[in-house]
Amino acid sequence: MKNCEYQQIDPRALTASTTRTPTPSCGRKSSHRLRRKWEVFPGKNRFYCDGRIMLSRQCGVLPMTICLIFITSGLFFTFDCPFLVEHLTIFIPVIAGVLFVFVVVTLLQTSFTDPGILPRALPDEAADIEKQIDNSGSSTYRPPPRTKEILINDQVVKLKYCFTCKMFRPPRTSHCSLCDNCVERFDHHCPWVGNCVGKRNYRFFYTFIVSLSFLTSFIFGCVITHLTLRSQRVNGIIQAVQETPARYPFCFTFMHLHITLCIWQMILSLICTLNPSCTIAELVICFFSIWSILGLSGFHTYLVASNLTTNEDIKGSWSSKRGEESGNPYSYNNIFTNCCMVLCGPVPPSLIDRRGFLPSDDAPGTVTSDADLPSFMAKNDPNMCTQGTKEFLESVAHSTVIQSTCAPGAPKTTPVTQEGVLGTITVSSPSRPPPTGCTACQAQRPINTSCSQRGSKQADLHTHNPTIRLPSPPYTFNHRTLVLSDAPDVGFIPLH
Amino acid sequence: MAETHSLQDLRQAAVASKVFVQRDYTSGTICRFQTKFPAELESRIDKQQFEETIQTLNNLYAEAEKLGGRSYLEGCLACLTAYTIFLCMETHYEKVLKKIAKYIQEQNEKIYAPLGLLLTDPIERGLRVLEITIFEDRSIGSR
Repeated sequence: MKNCEYQQIDPRALTASTTRTPTPSCGRKSSHRLRRKWEVFPGKNRFYCDGRIMLSRQCGVLPMTICLIFITSGLFFTFDCPFLVEHLTIFIPVIAGVLFVFVVVTLLQTSFTDPGILPRALPDEAADIEKQIDNSGSSTYRPPPRTKEILINDQVVKLKYCFTCKMFRPPRTSHCSLCDNCVERFDHHCPWVGNCVGKRNYRFFYTFIVSLSFLTSFIFGCVITHLTLRSQRVNGIIQAVQETPARYPFCFTFMHLHITLCIWQMILSLICTLNPSCTIAELVICFFSIWSILGLSGFHTYLVASNLTTNEDIKGSWSSKRGEESGNPYSYNNIFTNCCMVLCGPVPPSLIDRRGFLPSDDAPGTVTSDADLPSFMAKNDPNMCTQGTKEFLESVAHSTVIQSTCAPGAPKTTPVTQEGVLGTITVSSPSRPPPTGCTACQAQRPINTSCSQRGSKQADLHTHNPTIRLPSPPYTFNHRTLVLSDAPDVGFIPLH
Repeated sequence: MAETHSLQDLRQAAVASKVFVQRDYTSGTICRFQTKFPAELESRIDKQQFEETIQTLNNLYAEAEKLGGRSYLEGCLACLTAYTIFLCMETHYEKVLKKIAKYIQEQNEKIYAPLGLLLTDPIERGLRVLEITIFEDRSIGSR
């Protein structure tokens, strides 16, 4: 599973890129805008609002979930609340309103938050891991073992190697096949919220189902009260039911396995005017619906209290059948501490940096001109200044192998050729663009730019011949002398 | 003198290799890095210095993930506001991550760059590894 997916330099792409005239002025914006990292994210996710919101690609049921909640609550507020406010108290819609807001907000947060996706290993890192696996005594003819055993709190835990993400998964991390991502503290992939539930959004999910339980129970109670009050004023419950609008049973539609029940309810409500006894049956069905959502909340409360994930519970990772000494190594053995840790503990920020800028345009099939740099600079000037040194050096670090292939014999002469080379390497990248493999080639551009910050002379160089002229001969020379010494992921064929 | 580089000089150096310091999971899922001294760095840096850097980083990450009164307060307040305060407020974890970034930059400038090494902030590698880039020593020649 070497990640030598890079292809040979394609001469056709070379020709294609040479037809583009490099724009001489770096003050003019190029037609290629700078791309953010979410645009080249390898997992099966959808991004909205320029990377601020993310969802799983398969989020089909989320709109239905939202509709059900809105319709249910809407009907409750429209038909039941006026009566109850008049006969009971104003607090009924207030409480229902607060619960409704909680439900909607936490649902949206569960759906739109990064669940704790781990970014995939970069080629250097993946190669280093491969080297370690191969060096651990196994011969080259037998496939190397892809698990690692570690001790956590004196308990043996097996870490599995993820072939997609090319790394050993941290403990409690699982790869979601629907989203094609490794997610930390993976609980489950919830189709109703259209996202995985993992470390970063578990508390939102838990709050969502708990507040939904409260909301549905509250609505259920209010509807019962409404029916009861009406029946007291008229001749029995049947007439009370007939008086209320036929659609109010919609109140009892819920999440998680309730779609069939929703359909039942719709059918029943259509005929309840014809046969009032159906409404009673419907109340029974609804009672079981509430039972289910309450059951789910109860199940997750148990998971929270014992610091387990649904994944671990289903697989029985820490079940007692393995022996007395096998327990959950992550539990604090105190219900209160477990709850606090899971629900109120610190949450790391998103590790995938969705809104960060790519070093330059590295999408397959596109070739960027150096004129991209000024727009990049304009947007990121403060960033470049403050983190300039570090990022700049890292881009140097990334551009190891590619630099040597990109620096042909005459770097100062044909800029078009070199751009063609750069463009070629971009073009020949695989469909899942590796984070640094091809972009490393482009990484020398920020170097050009940073140099221009440091000296006006270099800035002049940049301005007048922006394409690929490297800032200083020694720089180029050094890169030419860099051969593919220890670079682990050599897949490129050097030009010389 | 021949051996020392500044960060600016490093841009003219070539990358010889990279060393990855992996996570240490023996205490659970908290963020810790292994303090084992990598063999490739033996000729470059003092073991004590390296271990001190890693230990400081581990302590900073432990501070970020600490279960203390402050994090509980933050969590409870967030829960009461339906977690909407996360939209406006920077969490304690994020503040500590900024501190870590500053510490790493400072270490790079003072200690590692003169020795031809560069630390990459683990957050840029998804908190999986601490990447140390070893640059060729120009004065000595390519290795």
